[in-house]
Amino acid sequence: MDQTPINLLEIKGLKKTFSVSGGLFSKALTLTALEDINFSIRKGETLGIVGESGCGKSTLGRCILQLLSPDEGQVLWLGQDLTKLPAEEMRMRRQDLQIIFQDPLASLNPRMTVGDIIADPLRTLRPELNKEERRARVLKTMASVGLLPEMINRYPHEFSGGQAQRIGIARALITEPKLIVCDEPVSALDVSIQAQILNLLAELKDELGLTLIFISHNLSVVRHVSDRILVLYLGRIVELATGDEIYEEPRHPYTRALLTAVPIPDPKLARLRNIDALRGEIPSPINPPSGCTFRTRCRFAKPYCAEKRPPLETIENNRLVACHRWREIEVPQEAVLGA
Amino acid sequence: MKQVLSVQDMSVTFELHESEVHAVREMNFNLSEGETMAVVGESGSGKSQAFLAIMGLLAKNGRAGGRAMMGDINLIGMPANELDRHRGKDIAMIFQDPMTSLNPTLKVKTQLSEVLVKHRGFDKAQAVKTSIEMLERVGIPEPVKRANAYPHELSGGMRQRVMIAMALLCQPKILIADEPTTALDVTVQAQMLDLFKTLTNDFGTSLVLITHDLGVVAGVADRMMVMYGGRAVEKGVTDDLFYDPRHPYTLGLLHSTPHIAKRAKRLDPIQGMPPSLEHLPKGCSFNPRCAFAFDRCLIERPPLIDTGNGREKACFYEGPMAYGKVA
Repeated sequence: MDQTPINLLEIKGLKKTFSVSGGLFSKALTLTALEDINFSIRKGETLGIVGESGCGKSTLGRCILQLLSPDEGQVLWLGQDLTKLPAEEMRMRRQDLQIIFQDPLASLNPRMTVGDIIADPLRTLRPELNKEERRARVLKTMASVGLLPEMINRYPHEFSGGQAQRIGIARALITEPKLIVCDEPVSALDVSIQAQILNLLAELKDELGLTLIFISHNLSVVRHVSDRILVLYLGRIVELATGDEIYEEPRHPYTRALLTAVPIPDPKLARLRNIDALRGEIPSPINPPSGCTFRTRCRFAKPYCAEKRPPLETIENNRLVACHRWREIEVPQEAVLGA
Repeated sequence: MKQVLSVQDMSVTFELHESEVHAVREMNFNLSEGETMAVVGESGSGKSQAFLAIMGLLAKNGRAGGRAMMGDINLIGMPANELDRHRGKDIAMIFQDPMTSLNPTLKVKTQLSEVLVKHRGFDKAQAVKTSIEMLERVGIPEPVKRANAYPHELSGGMRQRVMIAMALLCQPKILIADEPTTALDVTVQAQMLDLFKTLTNDFGTSLVLITHDLGVVAGVADRMMVMYGGRAVEKGVTDDLFYDPRHPYTLGLLHSTPHIAKRAKRLDPIQGMPPSLEHLPKGCSFNPRCAFAFDRCLIERPPLIDTGNGREKACFYEGPMAYGKVA
């Protein structure tokens, strides 16, 4: 599509582990939340990150923003490694990288007015602005997300979930960021409100030329907003491709199983569909299966899948896939969409 | 088809400090044996409160009116000790968050077998054996091991299966599931919905599925009831409502739901937000958000009327509903 993609962000060899207490007298265990994460984001694209609970999708978002420090690897922002930046410089860099959280009310300070919440990043990042300038910026940003000027002195509890999420979006936008990580931004909202917020994000993206990382467990929502989609399983990338490629020709058995499990709001299609139901549940990331971590639930698994970990291969159209058998597995279209 | 539940003119009211809130009004429906009925709506539509009322589980300041007939007994207004003879045995309910519904201090088998001892007079050993069989039936691997586990040792999907197993132990005629898959991952959700289909087919259980997710509804429901502001606004066979919605709210919900197979540039959502039950708009509750509202809708409330073929709707507008304001 684009001839000269500018990589805004490049993630190289990212790894993040957490130490988990194994009990009072046992030694701490290591949970590998992310491993071997390599991908890049082009300017102006929306990258969706999907996976089930515990796959590391939120951790990845936080590692990109340096809200968590990765154990290994680089997060290159226009070529500059954010993991090596001193705290003060990183703080200034946050003008460019912002985040929107899932629970809109919990992410807003209940004792601050809406105006103060939205203006807060400016106080830290743009101290040269005076009070009037700040207020003018706040009002302009509020208008762009559909909040009325008279709401500026109200408190978060007076707002519904959808409006609170608009406040969260305004707070992220006020520093005029280049990239916003949206971590499950619509999951807590009613269906009609969810659609309003998705439209708002799409409009803002077009208007402001934003680059978005959209993290969600809801594949329909991710499909709707994303240009490319990254599928995570147990902290590893299993597939990365454009939205159309992922949905029309999934290469990884996990992607395929995820797709067939997505409920379709169309009764006739839903009846036709052949759900490729996954067996069992996600293994513990503290003690992941050997070789390919998906093999315990994969119906195409062979003995050798347990021995060697599949490398993340670059295939046609710069797609990425990590499966020993991706070449051999036929994916019938109707299995995925039922159409 | 044999009718197992008949709800007539049911209402739910909550007493607040100085006012009353009507959470549900004039609810009427029949549920047949082995049928799955979806109840769809957004927060505050009254979809959960209606069924909590039927189960006698309303908060202290809540009051239910009307009738919910199971055969010739009315569940509404029945004293708790009498209700206990039916709850769990004839009619059971499961909730969104299985962790808060299970007792964290008791083993799974203790919680399950208790139901059988109490309702069906089993002895302890027999009850445990039957419980383990039921765990296996709902697709729990290594049921003996799981039966000896505490709830926190199980994953979310597993806990929800335990809840379902518990609800099914007495083979209730009616199972009410309130957002049963909302907290689960899609792959586990798919397993769960499959399990529901098996239940209604094999056990002849009648299922009421309360949800906001039209994708879930499309996959399992035979009929659906759409609720808004405490009232049913449209009812009918699932396919009819999906392919030929007659109420603007049903249409709006469909247009707000992203479809994995059809990528639109923009969704076409309903404007505004769901109303507060304390301040319902005059006339039709949906009128401030409705693209088709006209004078009459602002003054008069449309009654729910039968429009033939088992369909009902509460809307004055009769014209075509091409949506596409945004698209």
